[in-house]
Amino acid sequence: MIFGLPVISVAIWLPILFGILVLATGDDKNAPLARLLALVGSVLGFLVTLPLYTSFDTTTSNMQFVELHDWINRFNIHYYLGVDGISMLFILLNSFFTVIVVLAGWKVIEKRVAQYMAAFLVMSGVVNGVFAALDSILFYVFWEAMLIPMFIIIGVWGGPNRIYATMKFFLYTLLGSLLMLVALIYLYNLSGGSFAILDFHRVAIPMTAQILIFIAFFFAFAVKVPMFPVHTWLPDAHVEAPTGGSVVLAAIMLKVGAYGFLRFSMPITPDASHKMAGFMIALSLIAIVYIGLVALMQSDMKKLVAYSSISHMGFVTLGLFIFNAYGLEGALLQMLSHGFVAGALFLCIGVLYDRMHSRKIADYGGVANKMPVFAAFFMLFAMANSGLPGTSAFVGEFMVLMGAIKVNFWYAFAAGSTLVFGAAYTLWMYKRVIFGAVTNHHVAELTDINAREILIMSILAIFVLGMGVYPLPFAEILHTSVNDLLVHVAQSKLPL
Amino acid sequence: MDIQSYYLLVPLAPLLGAIVAGLFGRLLGRKMTHRVTIALVGVSLFASVKIFQDVMAGHMFNGPVYTWLTSGDTSFHIGFLIDRLTVTMMLVVTSVSLMVHIYTIGYMSEDAGYQRFFSYISLFTFSMLMLVMANNFMQLFFGWEAVGLVSYLLIGFWYTRPTAIYANLKAFLVNRVGDFGFLLGIGLILMVFGTLDYAAVFANVAGHANDMAPIAGMSVNMLTAICILLFIGAMGKSAQFPLHVWLPDSMEGPTPISALIHAATMVTAGIFMVARMSPMFELSDTALSFVMIIGAITALFMGFLGIIQNDIKRVIAYSTLSQLGYMTVALGASAYPVAIFHLMTHAFFKALLFLGAGSVIIGMHHDQDIRNMGGLRKYMPITWITSLIGSLALIGTPFFSGFYSKESIIESVGLSHLPGSGFAYFSVAAGVFVTAFYSFRMYFLVFHGKERFGLDHHEHHGNHADEEVSSDHHHGLAPGQKPHESSWVVTLPLILLAIPSVAIGYFAIEPMLFGGYFRDAIYIAQNHDVMRELHDDFQGPFAMVFHDMQELPFWLALAGVVCAWWFYIKRPDIPAAIQKRFQWIYTLLDNKYYFDRFNDWFYAGGARGLSSFLGQFADKFLIDGLMVNGSANLVGRISGVVRRFQSGYIYHYAFTMIVGVFILLTIRNWF
Repeated sequence: MIFGLPVISVAIWLPILFGILVLATGDDKNAPLARLLALVGSVLGFLVTLPLYTSFDTTTSNMQFVELHDWINRFNIHYYLGVDGISMLFILLNSFFTVIVVLAGWKVIEKRVAQYMAAFLVMSGVVNGVFAALDSILFYVFWEAMLIPMFIIIGVWGGPNRIYATMKFFLYTLLGSLLMLVALIYLYNLSGGSFAILDFHRVAIPMTAQILIFIAFFFAFAVKVPMFPVHTWLPDAHVEAPTGGSVVLAAIMLKVGAYGFLRFSMPITPDASHKMAGFMIALSLIAIVYIGLVALMQSDMKKLVAYSSISHMGFVTLGLFIFNAYGLEGALLQMLSHGFVAGALFLCIGVLYDRMHSRKIADYGGVANKMPVFAAFFMLFAMANSGLPGTSAFVGEFMVLMGAIKVNFWYAFAAGSTLVFGAAYTLWMYKRVIFGAVTNHHVAELTDINAREILIMSILAIFVLGMGVYPLPFAEILHTSVNDLLVHVAQSKLPL
Repeated sequence: MDIQSYYLLVPLAPLLGAIVAGLFGRLLGRKMTHRVTIALVGVSLFASVKIFQDVMAGHMFNGPVYTWLTSGDTSFHIGFLIDRLTVTMMLVVTSVSLMVHIYTIGYMSEDAGYQRFFSYISLFTFSMLMLVMANNFMQLFFGWEAVGLVSYLLIGFWYTRPTAIYANLKAFLVNRVGDFGFLLGIGLILMVFGTLDYAAVFANVAGHANDMAPIAGMSVNMLTAICILLFIGAMGKSAQFPLHVWLPDSMEGPTPISALIHAATMVTAGIFMVARMSPMFELSDTALSFVMIIGAITALFMGFLGIIQNDIKRVIAYSTLSQLGYMTVALGASAYPVAIFHLMTHAFFKALLFLGAGSVIIGMHHDQDIRNMGGLRKYMPITWITSLIGSLALIGTPFFSGFYSKESIIESVGLSHLPGSGFAYFSVAAGVFVTAFYSFRMYFLVFHGKERFGLDHHEHHGNHADEEVSSDHHHGLAPGQKPHESSWVVTLPLILLAIPSVAIGYFAIEPMLFGGYFRDAIYIAQNHDVMRELHDDFQGPFAMVFHDMQELPFWLALAGVVCAWWFYIKRPDIPAAIQKRFQWIYTLLDNKYYFDRFNDWFYAGGARGLSSFLGQFADKFLIDGLMVNGSANLVGRISGVVRRFQSGYIYHYAFTMIVGVFILLTIRNWF
């Protein structure tokens, strides 16, 4: 409680409330008002999450800012919220990116402005709910609710093939989630009638059941990460989504999958996690190497960055399932950083798309001649995507590699190949789009980014560089919770 | 100001310059931009000199600046290790950088990206200083990659040229291959020692001398694995065979950076790194042998390529490769101080040669083909004299700086007993002839002989990729036009660099190699202490000249010069005849031993092919087509069949019901 207000509830419901308000402004006659309200809502939504950071106690791994109220008493379901070092930063990241996407869609979206903005605000609140829920049914509700705004965003403001993409996205993720619900109900029975996640952490579970639960969770979370081979919805969704949708998808939605592994799979089924670690690591390494290779020849910029996202998320899942502090913290830092870097890259592609209405690499060439400021920002983010030290992306990758080499040299070897592949696909794209002589009259007519775009890019650039040069403040928040999780995962939960 | 503030000042001043020039360059205008950046690099040089005095007075420093990250029980710091090795590098970097900054005023005066260029070279200076001043492997890697980034940006500085943006991508990726090994080496260090701080690692290294690492199913000595992995990083950065392929192409960048980055400083990072890691390399004879053999291959075979180049910058580029090979050989022979000594002398005379070449290029209006030059000494006297000094230093003329460093390398290799030292000795000795030959071939073709520029029917010698493809530059001299000497901002750095190119060897050899200059910064094991044996033979710089004039290398160098003179001044018809006679050798050399072709075909082409295959077949067809859409289709088809039962007609349902009841009753009665 800060100033007598339940911080997390405010962080969840304030954006949703503003979303409804924005929706109430009606059709596009009131678009300026809708934009303004959305900006106010998102900025307020971000500001109210700041106490989570400033009042955060890094010395305890207990849940903080806890709110516990009755909800559905018949099934012992509670409105139960709280954050620890693992979830807190993601709430900030999410609320921060809501401001960014509202700004990014400021001039670009001209049809159904109110609905567009409202969808993002609602989304923001719901995702905060996912990261803060401590009751598994509450978590499940938020988890599923998250799909709806994204479904609408892609389906309404998306590209020509948006219906296929949204259906694929929806079915893929829904299918996985249903198995999770089965697992949650099973755990409810096992724990003697509680849906609290923290109670699940304490339940002893036989091996077979652990494996089954792990697999059920795996389907839900792996789809969201996304892990190989359930990744194919992501490139389609990204390609069809409007810029803001891609940004939120990459920066936020991909994080909930890995968060699920951390909050559910690993602490609830530690024995199964260890047993399945080889499998998880194999999938992660395939994602890093195979997807990195696939990214190389993509002709669509968004697809390329989408594949690169999958490859980078492979680092996250690798970091999780090598079970050491370097790996876990590396994975978490990689998740944060990937939010900034992939978000920024999608914004960069959005900047180009707004001007040229094409995502094809072949339609570009020599953009630097016309958009030097933009080229500089794009360079920074492209380098970050290649994992250059001094940018945020290096921190996570470095830590995960250091963790992986402890377990097995060849894990690190396979994952380290991203140093070459990541640079190859990112910089080759950059070269073809930005460098060279002006290739056609569309490029010749390009205008450099305006003040609003510079503002967005600068904010992201500051984060990317800041976190790269001084990641300690981010890492310090994680330490206690990560150590606690490691202890938790190391203990067998098989019934005696 | 206390000395620790100077430590911070050294890297941060150029960083500030880079930021100011990068963000506010347009606002400040050209003059202000170069004033600010040059002043700040000057500050950095001044602080380095202060620190040098302090270190020579016996002070050292090893400590953190701030904690970068903590994880588990490990903390990663940003910190400085200031000892004699560091401070030597700091002086080389800041002084060459200052020269290049000044020179840039003249060289880039007409370029639209003037401020951007100053921003980059200041950023480079910062990165390089972070690299050499690091006291831990994490920061070393930061500097390592950061110099790679700036190199990438600068090679592609003229980003509209296809060759430039091809070269910079190539440079970055080849360097990344090296960095891949480097990072794995760092990972093994962290695993074995639990820390990345140099001091802590070196203190415990002896205890791990016999650790075994299970790699590739075999058991490998851990330190050997670490050292070789680290050295793979050095092979990328210092362009050692077979990762040398990027350096010749990097000549697409403006000439000042060829001097600063691709000759004097960045490419020597690998040499510096191995010298810095001497406590580790000393414990692995296998790694040292590996280092020596790679260096020897580079020293000799890259020299051969210099002979047939016609682009003035590419001749010097291959010469740089070859000289880097010399330094590497010295490292392998455990003669680390000699390697650093050659690094230093080479930095000065090679920067001089490059800047001289740049001056020639300005005079020739951006024609870089030495076949179009000749007799330039008349028109560009300062460039001529300083280039001559640079060339004399490079080939190891007695009393010049290169003489002392190169002779020391050759002698120390001769004293080494490691496997491969025989081959290495042959390579570096034969390399002396090759060096003298290509250097003076270039020198004679440029400054002596017939004037071949500004001819009426401008016979354009094009050598495929060697030629600058430039649309935005006036190319070559018009008929009747004469080259002219460059302005003072260009010639002043030439003169200032010529002084150390002549003198620094004579004055530095004794204190640097035999005076225990490096103290604890470099460790040499008892069993390969070639430095001591070298010292026993040494009787002062003056005596060394007379001693070595009776040795083979001196005569080889002389022979090289005479051959070059004979071939290119006296009888210019001979080279063509030789070329015709030994066509296959020429073709082999002209194709640079086919490395570029092979890499393009195998690695670049292979990756693209594999990528297309995986993208189309595995991802699109197998996963998306068969599994995802396939299952969706399956569901669709089944539902299509099942849907027929849901016709909506009561009598269909009634009929189905009756059939169902009938079947159920039958089953029930049956059993």
